[in-house]
Amino acid sequence: MKKVDPEKLEKLRAQITASREKEKTCITICGGTGCHAYGCEEIAEIFKNEIKKQKLGDKIDIRVTGCHGFCERGPIVVIQPEGIFYQRVRKEDIQEIISKTAVGKEVIPRLLYKDPQKGVRIEKEREVPFYKKQKRIIFGRNGFIDPTDIKDYIALDGYKAVSKALFEMRPEEIISEVKKSGLRGRGGGGFPTGKKWEICREKDSSVKYIVCNADEGDPGAYMDRSLLEGNPHSIIEGMIIGAYAIGAGKGYIYVRLEYPLAVKNVTLAIEKAREYGFLGESILGSDFDFDISVFKGAGAFVSGEETSLMASIEGRRAFPRQRPPYPADKGLWGKPTNINNVETWANVPLIVEKGAQWYSRIGTETSKGTKIFSLVGKINNTGLVEVPMGMTLREIIYDIGGGIKNGKKFKAVQTGGPSGGCLPADMLDQPIDFDTLTRAGSIMGSGGMIVMDEDNCMVDVARYFLKFTQEESCGKCVPCRIGTKEMVEILTRITEGKGEIGDIKKLKDLAETVKNASLCGLGQTAPNPVLTTLRYFMDEYIEHIEEKKCSALSCKELIVYFIEPEKCVGCLLCKKNCPVNAISGERKQVHVIDQDICIKCGACLDVCPPKVSAISKYTGKDKEKILEQHNRKKTKK
Amino acid sequence: MVNILKKFKPEKKELIHILHSVQEAQGYISPEAISEISKYLNTSEGEVYGVLTFYNAFTLEPKGKHTITVCMGTACHVRGAASVLDEFSRRLNILPGRTTEDKYFTLETVNCVGACALGPIAITDGHYHGHVSTRDVKKIIDDVSKEEGKKKKE
Repeated sequence: MKKVDPEKLEKLRAQITASREKEKTCITICGGTGCHAYGCEEIAEIFKNEIKKQKLGDKIDIRVTGCHGFCERGPIVVIQPEGIFYQRVRKEDIQEIISKTAVGKEVIPRLLYKDPQKGVRIEKEREVPFYKKQKRIIFGRNGFIDPTDIKDYIALDGYKAVSKALFEMRPEEIISEVKKSGLRGRGGGGFPTGKKWEICREKDSSVKYIVCNADEGDPGAYMDRSLLEGNPHSIIEGMIIGAYAIGAGKGYIYVRLEYPLAVKNVTLAIEKAREYGFLGESILGSDFDFDISVFKGAGAFVSGEETSLMASIEGRRAFPRQRPPYPADKGLWGKPTNINNVETWANVPLIVEKGAQWYSRIGTETSKGTKIFSLVGKINNTGLVEVPMGMTLREIIYDIGGGIKNGKKFKAVQTGGPSGGCLPADMLDQPIDFDTLTRAGSIMGSGGMIVMDEDNCMVDVARYFLKFTQEESCGKCVPCRIGTKEMVEILTRITEGKGEIGDIKKLKDLAETVKNASLCGLGQTAPNPVLTTLRYFMDEYIEHIEEKKCSALSCKELIVYFIEPEKCVGCLLCKKNCPVNAISGERKQVHVIDQDICIKCGACLDVCPPKVSAISKYTGKDKEKILEQHNRKKTKK
Repeated sequence: MVNILKKFKPEKKELIHILHSVQEAQGYISPEAISEISKYLNTSEGEVYGVLTFYNAFTLEPKGKHTITVCMGTACHVRGAASVLDEFSRRLNILPGRTTEDKYFTLETVNCVGACALGPIAITDGHYHGHVSTRDVKKIIDDVSKEEGKKKKE
C-alpha cells in the first residue's frame, strides 16, 4: 500500500529528495500546449532516445514539465540546476545541447534569448526580462514539475498544506485564515473566497459539494489550462483543503472540452492522489473522506456561469437560472455547493502553508496576492505572466511584454474577455487590481490581456466580442438573446460603412438595457466591450459613420488595396499570389488591381517585398478617389 | 450502441457523458442513437435532442474525413484570423461548420485553443499550424491530401 499519513508523507518527501542529487543535470522541456504546437513532443522523444543511446541516464535526467509561460519563444528547454535557458530549440540542436551543455557545461550562445533592447544574450531563465519582474508564486513550480509524476510535486512541498490543515487546524481556522489573506475569486467576479466558504459551511446539510470551474471560455485566456496541465496536484490540494473547511464530501472539476491535455493530466493526477491516500476515505489517516470527479464540458461558453455549470453537471442544457438562491443554498442537486475557479484553488495551499500574513503582504489594499495574465495579441513577448496585484499596465506590457510588435503604436488593451472592455493609452499607468479595472469600465475577468496596435479597429473589436456573446447566448432571456443580436447588427453595419447617425444612441440604449435586464453574467457584461469603446474611442465610431472611414485600415468594406505605380517594380509576386487573379501586368511593368474582382484578402500586401512595399491600403475619401479612377479607366476600355 | 450504454448507469446525469462516448465512437449522433439513449435513460427523445443540440461538441451529421479548425479567439482575431477563415471557406467552397459534398473536408471554428502566441492558428486533424496567413491556406489544404496519399503508399 502506498497510502501515507503525515509522518509517512514527510518520510517519503525526505526519501524523494535524498534520491535526487541536487547537482545532477536535468534537461527540462516545456510541455505546455503552446510548445506542443511547436512540436516539443518530438524534441522530448529525441532527447530521451539520445540519452539512452549514449548511456547518459545516470548523469542526466530528462523531464517534460508544465508550461513555462514564455510561449512566444517555444519550444523551450531549460538545463537545471544552472537554469540555462534555451529558446526556439530545433531538432538539429539536440545533439549539441547534450554534448556541450548537459555534459560539458558549456553554453551555446546561439540558443540563448537575446534582449532586443540591449542586444545582449541572456543565459539564465530568471534573468530574462520577461521573467525578471514577475512574481511566480503559483505558476513558478510548473517548470520544475512533470505533471504526470506525483513525486515531483511532493518533492516541492506538495500536500504539506493538506497535512497541516487536516491535523493542525479546525475548519473554522482555515476559513478565517483564507478570509484574512484577502484572497478574492480569480474567475472574474472577485468575491472574497473565505466569505464564500463561510456561507457554504454554515448551511445545515449532510451533503455538500465543491466545484472547480475550469471551463475557461474567454478567448485569449489560458492560464487555468496551463495550471491544470502543468501542476494539477496544486489544484487538487486546494480542493481537499476547501472541502475540509466547508464540510463537503464530493468535488467536481469541470474542464473545457477544448483542453484535452488538461483533462488527461488532471484525471491521472486524481488517480495518483487516491493511490497515496490524499483522496478517498480517511485522507492521510484522518476521519475526513473526500473524492473528486472530472467532468468534461461539451463546448458551451455559458457553462462557465456557475448556475449553468451546475445544470451541465446534472446532465441538462447549460441554462443559467435566477440567483438567489445562490449555489451555497441550492447548488448541485439542490445541495449547498461552493464553486471556485482553478487559479483560486491553486492559491489555497500557499495560504495555508505560509499563512495569511505572508500572503496579504503581496498586492494592493483591496486585491491581495498575484494574478496570472495571458499577455497576447500585438505584443513582442506573448505568454503567461504572473505579477503582484497593483502592477501597472505599462510595466506588464512594456517591461515584461517587451512592447508592441513591429515597432507599431499601442492603441488599446482588452482585459476580461467578452465581459471586459478596451482601455486606451492614457490608462497605461493604472495599477491593475479588481477595483481599478471595474472603475475603468472593464473587469479583471479570468485574466486575458489582449494588446492592440494602430492597425486594430475598435469598432471591429466591439463587433467581434458582441458577435461572440451573441452566438454563445443561451437564449433563455429576451434582453440577452435579442439585445445582443440587435447590437451585432448595428455594429456590423457601421463596420460596413452603412452606419446611420442615430446608431450610437441606439447602441447605448440597447447596451444599458441588456446590462440591466439580463438574467446572468453573460448578458449583464456583454455590452462592456461596446460601452468601453464608445467611452474611449468615440471618434472611431463617428469616423466610420460620417466619413465611411476606418483609420486602422481594418474594416474590409471601407478600404481598397492599391498598387503605387511609382513604387511597383513589376516582379509578378503579388500577381502570382492573388487567389482570385485580380492583378494584371507583365514582368517589369506596373501591376494593377482590378477593384471589381479583388476580395481584399491582403495576400498581395503580405508578399510584396518590404524594400519595394508598393501596395497600400486606402480608406475614406482616398478610397473613393481610387475607385473613381479605376471606374474611369474601365469605361474607357 | 449497447456496449457504449452498458458503461453508464441509467441515470439522467450521465446523458452528457453518454453523448461524448457516442460522438467519439460514431462521429455523430444518429436518430437511432437518440432513440436508444432516451429509452436507456427513461426520458423523452426530445430531452436528449434538446441537450445535444445545446452543446457544440455534438453533431447530428457525420463529419468529413478531415477536419480543418480555424481558431477565432481574440488573439487570433487581432492578427487577422477572419481573413484566414474566409480564405479556407472560399477555397473549400463551404461555409464554416459545413462539410464538402465529397465528405472529404469539414471546416470548423473554435473560440480559442489557448495557443495564442502562435496566432492565427489552423488545426488540421489535430496538427497545429501557427502564424497562418491567407497565402498559407492553399498549402495547408493540399498538405492534408498529400499526407493521406503518403500514408496510403506506406
